[in-house]
Amino acid sequence: MAVLSTREKLAILSDAAKYDASCASSGAGGRDSLKSGGIGSTEGMGICHSYAPDGRCISLLKILLTNFCIYDCSYCINRSSSNVRRARFTVDEVVRLTMDFYKRNYIEGLFLSSGVIRSPDETMTEMVEVARRLRLDEKFAGYIHLKTIPEASAELIEKAGLYADRLSINVELPTDEGVKRLAPEKRPETIRVSMAKLRSKIEEKAEPTLRTKTRERFAPGGQSTQMIVGADATSDARILKTSARLYGSYQLRRVYYSAFSPIPDASSALPLRKPPLMREHRLYQADWLMRFYGFEQGEILDGTPDGMLELEIDPKLAWALRNRASFPLDVNRADKERLLRIPGLGTRAVERILETRRFKRLRLDDVGRLCQSITKVRPFIVADGWSPGAATDAARLREAIAPKPRQLELFR
Amino acid sequence: MTGQPAFPLAAYAVHLAGPTDFDGWRDAARRLSTNEVKPEDIEWHVGGEGDELPAPTPGVELRVSRDFIERAAIVTCHSDSERFALLYRLLWRQRSEPHLLRIASDPDVRRFEAMEKSVRRDEHKMHAFVRFRKIGDGDEERFVAWFEPDHFILELAAPFFVRRFTGMHWAILTPHGSAEWDRERLALGPGASKDDAPAADQSEEMWRTYFASIFNPARLKVKAMQAEMPKKYWRNLPEASLIPELISGADAAAREMIARMPTMPAAHHQAIQARHWPALEPSPETEAHSIDALRQQASQCRRCPLWSEATQTVFGEGSDNAELVFVGEQPGDQEDLQGRPFVGPAGKIFDAVLGEAGIERTAVYVTNAVKHFKFEPRGKRRIHSKPNAGEVQACRWWLAQELTLLKPKLMVALGATAAQSLLEAPVAITKQRGQTIKRDDGLAVFLTIHPSYILRIRDPQEAAAERARFVADIRTVREMMAG
Repeated sequence: MAVLSTREKLAILSDAAKYDASCASSGAGGRDSLKSGGIGSTEGMGICHSYAPDGRCISLLKILLTNFCIYDCSYCINRSSSNVRRARFTVDEVVRLTMDFYKRNYIEGLFLSSGVIRSPDETMTEMVEVARRLRLDEKFAGYIHLKTIPEASAELIEKAGLYADRLSINVELPTDEGVKRLAPEKRPETIRVSMAKLRSKIEEKAEPTLRTKTRERFAPGGQSTQMIVGADATSDARILKTSARLYGSYQLRRVYYSAFSPIPDASSALPLRKPPLMREHRLYQADWLMRFYGFEQGEILDGTPDGMLELEIDPKLAWALRNRASFPLDVNRADKERLLRIPGLGTRAVERILETRRFKRLRLDDVGRLCQSITKVRPFIVADGWSPGAATDAARLREAIAPKPRQLELFR
Repeated sequence: MTGQPAFPLAAYAVHLAGPTDFDGWRDAARRLSTNEVKPEDIEWHVGGEGDELPAPTPGVELRVSRDFIERAAIVTCHSDSERFALLYRLLWRQRSEPHLLRIASDPDVRRFEAMEKSVRRDEHKMHAFVRFRKIGDGDEERFVAWFEPDHFILELAAPFFVRRFTGMHWAILTPHGSAEWDRERLALGPGASKDDAPAADQSEEMWRTYFASIFNPARLKVKAMQAEMPKKYWRNLPEASLIPELISGADAAAREMIARMPTMPAAHHQAIQARHWPALEPSPETEAHSIDALRQQASQCRRCPLWSEATQTVFGEGSDNAELVFVGEQPGDQEDLQGRPFVGPAGKIFDAVLGEAGIERTAVYVTNAVKHFKFEPRGKRRIHSKPNAGEVQACRWWLAQELTLLKPKLMVALGATAAQSLLEAPVAITKQRGQTIKRDDGLAVFLTIHPSYILRIRDPQEAAAERARFVADIRTVREMMAG
């Protein structure tokens, strides 16, 4: 095989990494280089330094250490049976690329993942070495996210957490049956236990030590995971149930949903079509309802015929249309929990309504100034001088407020 | 009209020293407002010579919140020429409407918030889209960027770059000013032009390679990209010139990915499969002859649906020769994570009570009636749910085998679920605790509470009393074993 240049490797190994949805660089807490005189900082929310034409934020240098892999997961471009070009970075190349990009303000840091070569521990050792060299040799204080290999040893995970801001283990697919079918060598039970261990380790290290009373550094940005959506026939209700379980069981910061994307040299086991982007978007909205809007997983899709989120309207509006007896709500009196149920009102708008109504009674146009668009909100609220009358129960309400269906732009 | 205002109504022209002269605005605002000069009687300008302003009226205090002052300083950086007038009007109105800023639906407040947001966004975008170019090497190494913000935010945005690039010598040039950091001090200077910044950097080819490769043509969402990275920024982003061709080629690239027929597996695939994934013999659930073998089998248990939500099977553990076996209800949150029984809060009580009663945990065997954690997720927590009769029944299969292998002298049922599983009949623990019941197969079952019961008692005295009763029960158990 011809020797590849760093640039050729970068093309192969970033192409190989792009199907991973996670790009967040937040949650690492505050850190800068003022004292160390080094390079790098993290300040709560991460920064998106660029956007690709797929609309996704480019925050981190997201690459694989290698795309050689002993696993044969049919949805993955790097599976062992794929004919994709293979490459392997040296530790030195990754460190140099990260620093070169960071110093020019292209990125917030590094998201390093890898195919598994030879053994999980050998691969994990090299990934940890990249992080160690960045932190210690380069005095790098930017963001580091390491994709953890579930089978890697406990000592390596411990070291990874010492240098990285976030660790993640992918559950791959929403159900164990799906994993068994499409990723036959992966062990869902090992993935669960690894996430459990990671949670225990993060909690253990978050406690101040008895001796020094300080907290040891261990993945301050917590752990996250990703599942692929649309590679098998799992319903949205089942997917959300898995998410609720993952959030509750392993204290995840985020569950990422990645619409299954066709890949070059695809396996015949998979649907060959455009990725279900709108479905992915609705899943994120539903995930938000569970995490920030006080919805139980079960009620989001309760009463739907097929356990699927509607693609045409957002899940909160769909819920409200199915539960019209709960509306209209009086924006001058309803408590926060109820206000959060009103379609078209985000958490920020609700905060502002609560704040503003302490000093004045809200009219419809006041509410209009506090939210994005009053059209969706109007039929579900009562305000000073405004009552929706029969509109809340109108048979054609859905048609009146749902956006007109658009064709071709959104692929199912 | 009787009575004259302290000063006759007159138009004032205020000339501030610069576009972000917040101190100048503050001083003028103090002088004018304490002299009752109305907002509509003031004109605000940047630069030039202005009117002599009246001295602040002594004894008249200007009361505004710290929050307003801090946010007004941000709004001062906005490029809107009416920003100073708006700030004065807000200041004026707050004298009679002290809660004004909290009325988010007020048009002045909305505009204030919108301007603040716009400045913050511009600052954020500057943090994101500044692109340094390197010149020189070694000690001469410098990083220089050219940037064109919408508002006067250089001073506001510069400290971020100091915190982040402390170890670099860098400069950011903008049309209205420049900032330079020499690893020790931040110096602000005059505006510059694009030609003052380096024209290229060799890392940009790498960055463009990355930008083109990380893009997934099957997910084209141009509007989403432009919402966050408006075209006005593109001319100073080295990667942006790739965007048009990436967009125009996306559809064809995506179609090609889909249209391309699946190919034969790669040449090395068979070798990898043979080396790393030799076909596993399916392990039939044969009779296990040791607890370890049983534990191995139970790790794959699908006898009831509880496995699908739990992390792992939590099997019994302890001495293989134990004569005393404790049976609890089911693993909890911590047990589920660690894969071991009685390691959570109830387990801690259990261990302490065993110690007080003089029983070594390592000498006994501890297990549960149900070996997967049953729970309801509630946000970031898991709420324990009681296993139902079907689940207890399904899991009895394992418990029975554990007991067959161990042949204990005595079993202790901790709580009703354990008792129900061991005796195959409902048991009222509070009434029957302390009793020993002989099963048909001759095994003796001692009944007591589950230690989690103590945790659920709110009143500390009652909890202590219950704990003492539990210790007494376990002491009885020890005496039975000794006897």
